[in-house]
Amino acid sequence: MKNWKKRSLIASAFLISAALISGLSVYIKANALPAERVIRVTAKKFDFTPDTITLKKGEPVVFEISSSDRKHGFNLRAFGVRADVNPGGVTRVRFTPDKTGKFTFTCDVFCGDGHEEMAGTVVVTE
Amino acid sequence: MSKLDRRGFVKLAGLGGGIVFASSLGRRLGFNALGSALDFANGKAEKEFYFVQLSDTHWGFAGPKVNPDAQGTLQKAVQAVNSLEEKPDFIVFTGDLTHTTDDVQVRKDRMSQFKDIVHQLKIPTIYFMAGEHDASLDRGDAYQQFFGKLNYTFDHKGVHFIVLDNVSDPGAIVGESQLNWLKADLKQQRPDQRIVVLTHRPLFDLYPDWDWSTKDGSTVIDALMPYQNVTVFYGHIHQENHHLTGHIAHHSAKSLMFPLPAPGSVEKKAPVPWDATAPYKGLGWRNIEAEAKPVKYDITEVNITGG
Repeated sequence: MKNWKKRSLIASAFLISAALISGLSVYIKANALPAERVIRVTAKKFDFTPDTITLKKGEPVVFEISSSDRKHGFNLRAFGVRADVNPGGVTRVRFTPDKTGKFTFTCDVFCGDGHEEMAGTVVVTE
Repeated sequence: MSKLDRRGFVKLAGLGGGIVFASSLGRRLGFNALGSALDFANGKAEKEFYFVQLSDTHWGFAGPKVNPDAQGTLQKAVQAVNSLEEKPDFIVFTGDLTHTTDDVQVRKDRMSQFKDIVHQLKIPTIYFMAGEHDASLDRGDAYQQFFGKLNYTFDHKGVHFIVLDNVSDPGAIVGESQLNWLKADLKQQRPDQRIVVLTHRPLFDLYPDWDWSTKDGSTVIDALMPYQNVTVFYGHIHQENHHLTGHIAHHSAKSLMFPLPAPGSVEKKAPVPWDATAPYKGLGWRNIEAEAKPVKYDITEVNITGG
């Protein structure tokens, strides 16, 4: 009798848990944010690769920026995005473009003779 | 042209706002004894003076298409300043004394060569400050060995000068520590104290996409704002630019190596190529005459000429 009760309790707990997980899964799917598009960018003296990046308005993006030589900066002022980019790691910056057009991003950490030309362009389309 | 006549000319050329701009006449012609005597009789002699601003000499730069006389332009400015009939009280160099290099020894060699050249100036008092080309790659280490402190103050005939460093941090900031130093210094000044700030980068957002700004420059301007008589002279952008933030005027100087295009006027910032039909076009230095009543600074631009 005791074993029967114990089995019954375990079965009930399992069913309740399964129902909760299932419900949670449906909720998450219904409320999930659009998937982020990942853009990988490499910084080195004195350029970014790629130096022209096309994005869609309203599409969330994450820039994964790495440096192959020394510390650089990444500054995309039009969208209030900036970060230091240190060698040996990946710097992630997230944003969602909310306007169309051509926007310049620059290295804003002085890195040498060609620093002032170290820039790229983000093109945002509809 | 006498001083009185010159002033008349300057007023005609003036743009108001307490700051007057003139052509390259003036100082090179000297002032007559009558003008100086009148000034002395009016009690102005103690409060009026003039100084020379040279900027962005980029010693070590090489690029024949931009400046085929890269080894001689600074010397031409030195000779021109030495030939001034009335000597300035002092000279300021507002940064980028040398062109940047990754090689520490070459950096020091350039600083040494620059120092040798400017020691030919026959003006005993020279104030230096760093540009990012001098100081950003080693946080001002070599610069300080050759030229001393990165930020400091000095007083001259009633004007309080503040030299601000917005270059030794490669991220183009003044930084919290220096900002606190500035605020402590300003606390000691009267609200109507005549203050001149000397710096390399613009303190306001002139054109940040071209690195023509200081990231925390607005905090500096906020600290200066309560003071009624503040003027900023700076370099970095290799051309004249005159801008007001509230009542604070900001004046950039020309380079002595290569001019740069007007802010945002071209897609990519790059030195303006040498114009063989107009050698040294866009290169020059300036005289700045400080007047006490009313407080104003008469700026006289002087172009480099060949020969």
